[in-house]
Amino acid sequence: MILNEQSMELVNLVKEFVDNEIIPHAAEYEKKNEFPEEILDKALDMGLGALCLPEELGGLGIDNVTMFAIAEELARGDLGIATTLIANCLASFPVLIAGNDEQKKMWFDIMQEKKYAAFCLTEPNAGSDASGMQTTAVKDGDDYVINGTKCFITNGGIAGIYTVLAVTNRAKGIMGLTAFIVERDREGVSIGKEEDKMGMRLSNTCEVIFDNVRVPKDHVLGREGRGFKYIMQTLDHSRPGIGAFGVGIARRALEIATAYSRERKQFGKAICNFQAVQFMLADMAMETEAARQLYLHCAQLMDAGLPYTMEAAMAKTKGSDVSVKAALDGLQVMGGYGYMREYPMEKLVRDSKILQIYEGTNQIQRSVIANQLLKKIK
Amino acid sequence: MNILVCIKQVPDTTAIKIDPVKHTLIRDGVPSIVSTFDAYALEVASRMKDKDKQSRITVLSMGPEQAKNALKECISKGADEAYLVSDRVFGGSDTLATSYILSGAIKMLEEKNGAPFDLIFCGKQAIDGDTGQVGPEIAQHLDRALITYASDAVMEDGKLKAKRESDEGYDYLTADLPAVITVVKTAYEPRYPSLKGKMAANKAVIPTLTSQDLSGLDLAHCGLKGSPTKVRGTFTPTHEKNGQKIEAETGDEAGRTLVKLLSQAKLIG
Repeated sequence: MILNEQSMELVNLVKEFVDNEIIPHAAEYEKKNEFPEEILDKALDMGLGALCLPEELGGLGIDNVTMFAIAEELARGDLGIATTLIANCLASFPVLIAGNDEQKKMWFDIMQEKKYAAFCLTEPNAGSDASGMQTTAVKDGDDYVINGTKCFITNGGIAGIYTVLAVTNRAKGIMGLTAFIVERDREGVSIGKEEDKMGMRLSNTCEVIFDNVRVPKDHVLGREGRGFKYIMQTLDHSRPGIGAFGVGIARRALEIATAYSRERKQFGKAICNFQAVQFMLADMAMETEAARQLYLHCAQLMDAGLPYTMEAAMAKTKGSDVSVKAALDGLQVMGGYGYMREYPMEKLVRDSKILQIYEGTNQIQRSVIANQLLKKIK
Repeated sequence: MNILVCIKQVPDTTAIKIDPVKHTLIRDGVPSIVSTFDAYALEVASRMKDKDKQSRITVLSMGPEQAKNALKECISKGADEAYLVSDRVFGGSDTLATSYILSGAIKMLEEKNGAPFDLIFCGKQAIDGDTGQVGPEIAQHLDRALITYASDAVMEDGKLKAKRESDEGYDYLTADLPAVITVVKTAYEPRYPSLKGKMAANKAVIPTLTSQDLSGLDLAHCGLKGSPTKVRGTFTPTHEKNGQKIEAETGDEAGRTLVKLLSQAKLIG
């Protein structure tokens, strides 16, 4: 598909920002092991932290196609920065799906004031399998009391507000899970270990601990016991974004590898003249475009109000697989230089890997695709 | 606060090349931008608005229809509205005629608003003409206080406080409102457009003010007729290579040679 003029303008604006403000500085922040607050503040000023804010609450009201195309641009700059900004959307989706007007207003007011939000789903023993969840929320009068530890939470240490999934009725299994809004400044909320990650190092990933955290019942999103459903809808909605991230990284790898192949001379000529290199670049370009069309198609289905569960899983899986392959092949084109930290390619290898893991491993995605397939073709 | 920022759309002079044969500017394919110092002026104004959210920023420009693109860029960066002064009879205006026409437009807008603009911002000069005259001339036409070459400005207790670099350090100047201020490069860079601003700019309708709308103007003072400046000719300055390159084995030796040459030329004692 082709983006319309209005989407293109916004995407180009983000590209300009990425080219001038992210790409020249990201490596430096990574080297210093420093959170890129200055870059993120500029991004937030542009509105990049509130892409999913509804128009009636003062947001942009952009469609999914534009939102994910912007996600691609951000990831082309730096996956950590892209993840930090888009995690605000991930955390907001349960509120948009199940929240009432007051909850939406409260959520977005706090998110914009405190800059970041986080989505608290994963636990040490509940990754792909949510039924292993240990965090509980026990009703006590007009309140719920939440206890448990969430791990690998993007923006966990910097968010001002969280969406949290907890067990309210263990006997009911996944039908006993409920989604809550929890503010960071509630008593009993604390931040645990900050993870030292292989890649995506410009993002904040922390444990978030809930120790007897009391929230009023108006912090329940939708209905009690429906949390799992809302979270599945949330992940359906966010998955094409991960595909878009993958496309962004693959595009960057292709740009760097192509430019390098023109400069690097062996056997008396630039290595871009050798078919062995050309074919690698051609495959990278072809796969990147295929992955782009998958996430854009999925976004188009979403915007049209059509079912998209299978396409979302496809877009996520394809985009992430393509990014890992493109980063590795890009590195191969650069040979020994590609392996060195001085050059930008090894970072793309480290960054891209997480895309095959987070928001549902690619193995889970393939199960989702197969389940949908088996429903469709009898 | 009611703020006006005057801007000019100019060719991006960093992208312009000179035809080596004809010695004229090659303008083809050169992108148009908001003149650099005007962009800084808008940023200083926007920072005032960040602090006082009730403030309103209007942007004004004179030029051909395509200058609306520059005005839209200003809206994408937070300006509330924009006006373009454009009319064939204004074509060929020099700085005197331009400032006269812009002042006429400002008077018209102020009449419409029912109050003068508290502050009028201009860049210190446009990066194409480099005259630096229009801002001060507007202050003269409108009989307002004027601060030139400010590198920063804030509002304090209802007064304008501006910082200006001088040979000795910084001058800090204060002016009562209404005032005109011209801005040099600031310590901070102009902001990026926000996504929302970009969308607003796309939808923005920018009114064109013609000589009919600015009925108070005496057309004898506008356009070529009203411009005493006459361009008698243009030329490309020749770059003369009269430098001397000191070549030596070591830096120490080169330094000594340099000192010797400078003292021979009586430039150092």
